[in-house]
Amino acid sequence: MSHINARLAPVAKARIEPAIAFDAVRLDFGAKRIVDGLSFSVAPGEFACVVGPSGCGKTTLLRLVTGLLAPSQGEVRRLGVPVAGPSRDVAIVFQDYGRALLPWRTATGNIALALEAIGTPRRERAERIAALLDKVGLSGHGDKYPAQLSGGMQQRVQIARCLAQGPRILLMDEPFGALDALTRQVLQDEIAGLVRESGATALFVTHDLDEAIYLGDRVFALEANPGRLAEVIDVGLPRPRDQLQTREHPEFLRLRHVLFNHVQKTH
Amino acid sequence: MSRRHIDLLLSVLPAWLVPLGLLGGIEIAMRITAIQSDGLALPSQVAAALLAAIADGEIFLRTAETIGAIAVGVPIGGILGLLLGVWLGLSPRAAQLASLPVELFRPIPPVAIIPLMMLIYGLGIRMEAAIIAFACFWPMLLLTRDAVLGVEPRLIEVARMLGLSRRKQITKIAFPAAIPRIFTAVRLTLGIALIVAVTTEIAANPIGLGYAIISAGLSLRPEVMYAFLIWLAILGWLLNAGLIALHHRLFGAAYGEVAA
Repeated sequence: MSHINARLAPVAKARIEPAIAFDAVRLDFGAKRIVDGLSFSVAPGEFACVVGPSGCGKTTLLRLVTGLLAPSQGEVRRLGVPVAGPSRDVAIVFQDYGRALLPWRTATGNIALALEAIGTPRRERAERIAALLDKVGLSGHGDKYPAQLSGGMQQRVQIARCLAQGPRILLMDEPFGALDALTRQVLQDEIAGLVRESGATALFVTHDLDEAIYLGDRVFALEANPGRLAEVIDVGLPRPRDQLQTREHPEFLRLRHVLFNHVQKTH
Repeated sequence: MSRRHIDLLLSVLPAWLVPLGLLGGIEIAMRITAIQSDGLALPSQVAAALLAAIADGEIFLRTAETIGAIAVGVPIGGILGLLLGVWLGLSPRAAQLASLPVELFRPIPPVAIIPLMMLIYGLGIRMEAAIIAFACFWPMLLLTRDAVLGVEPRLIEVARMLGLSRRKQITKIAFPAAIPRIFTAVRLTLGIALIVAVTTEIAANPIGLGYAIISAGLSLRPEVMYAFLIWLAILGWLLNAGLIALHHRLFGAAYGEVAA
C-alpha cells in the first residue's frame, strides 16, 4: 500500500493547482522597489490573511492578483494560469465602500451591475438579487441608495455585489477597517460563513493581527521596504469560530504573541 | 383659503417684505422730493408700464423672441460642447491635441463675433442663436471634460474588475457618475445664454427683451425700461429655481442635495 501511495501522491498533488501563486515576484514603481522576491501560494478554498506594517505592499499584493497591476519580474498565477488582467473569477472588496458603490444606484442596482456584467438574463436577476440581499442581511433595504445606508450596510452591499459575480477568488482589502468594533465583529463572522459557503478562496488583507488569526487558515506576515514575506503561521483553531471562545483559546493567544513579536521586530 | 394656503403665504411673505417695502419707500421719497431725472421712474409708473406691456402682449412677444433664440442656440452649442467634452475627458490624446485650439478660441468674447454673425446670417433669430451657441459651447466643453475627469477612479476599477467593455464603462459608470456635474454645467450655461442673448439684442439685433430695453431707453421712457428689467429678473429667477427643483427631483435621493 505504502509504495503505491508514495508513487501516486506526487501525481495527485500536481493536479491540484494553487488558487493563487506568487513566484519570485518583484514590483518597482520608478526607482522605488515595492515588493521583492515574493513567493507563496494559497490552496483552493483556503482563507489566507495578510498582515504587515503600512508600506509593506499589502494592497499592492492584492492588485497584483486582480491583474490591475503587473509585476516587474516574476509571475503571479491564478488557478494555474498566469495573470493577464482582470477576470470575472476574481472579485475584490475595497475598504472604501463609499467610493466603490455607484451612488446613483440603489443597493439592488449595485448588485445588478455585477449580474449585468456576467450576462445574467434579466428575468433571473430579481430573484438572484433578493437571495443575495437576504444572504448579507439586507432584505428590505434593496430600494435604498448607498447614502441612505450605514457604513456596515454599505459594505454588505459591496460584499453582495462581489458574491453576485460568483468569484472563485475573493480578495478583501481591509474591508472592515473603517467600521466600528461591533459591526466589524458581526461582519467578520458573516464573511467567514459566506466564504465557506461559496467555496471561494479568500485573500484577506488587514492591519489587525487579531482579525487575521480569527479569520484565517493561514496568516502571511510581510515586512516593509521592500515588501517581503517574513513569516507564515498556520492557524489550527477549530471552526466555526466564535468571537468569545476563539479569542480566549490558548492557541489564539499563542499565535497572537508570535505575530505581535514579529511585527514589533520588523517595525 | 385653507389653513395650508395661509401657512404657505406666511412662509413666503417675509422674503417679499423687504423688496416691496423698499419700493414703497422709494415711491414716497420720490413724490416728497419731487426729484426729476431721465433715468428714474416712479415705482407706480413702472408697475403701470409692466401691466400695459402684459396687456398688449408686447412683453410676451419679446420674451418669446429671446427665449426662442436661447432655445435654438443652447442645445446646439451645449450638445456639441457636451460631446466634445466627454471625448476630451476620456481620451488624454484628444485632450492634448485640442488644448491649444481650445485655449485660443475660448477667450474670444461671444459678443465680439456679432459683426461676423451679422455678415453670415443678417439680423434675426439665427444670428443670435449662433452667438449663443458659440458662448455656450466653451463652458459646456470644459465643465463636461472636468466632470468626466472627476469620475471616482475606484468606480472605474470596479468596472474593470467586472470585465465591463470600454463602451459599458462609459455608459454604465463614467457618464452617470458625471451627470450631476454636467447638469450644473447646463444651469451655468443657461445663465450665460440669457446674458449673451440680451447683450446681442441691445447691441445689434432688433428683437427680444434686449431690444425692448434699448428702445425704451432711446425713446426716454425709463418706466418701460424698468418694467422690462424687472421682468428679466423674474425670468432669470424662475429659470434657475426651475432647474434647481428639477435637479433635486432627478438626483436628490441618489446624489445628495445640491446647493442653490
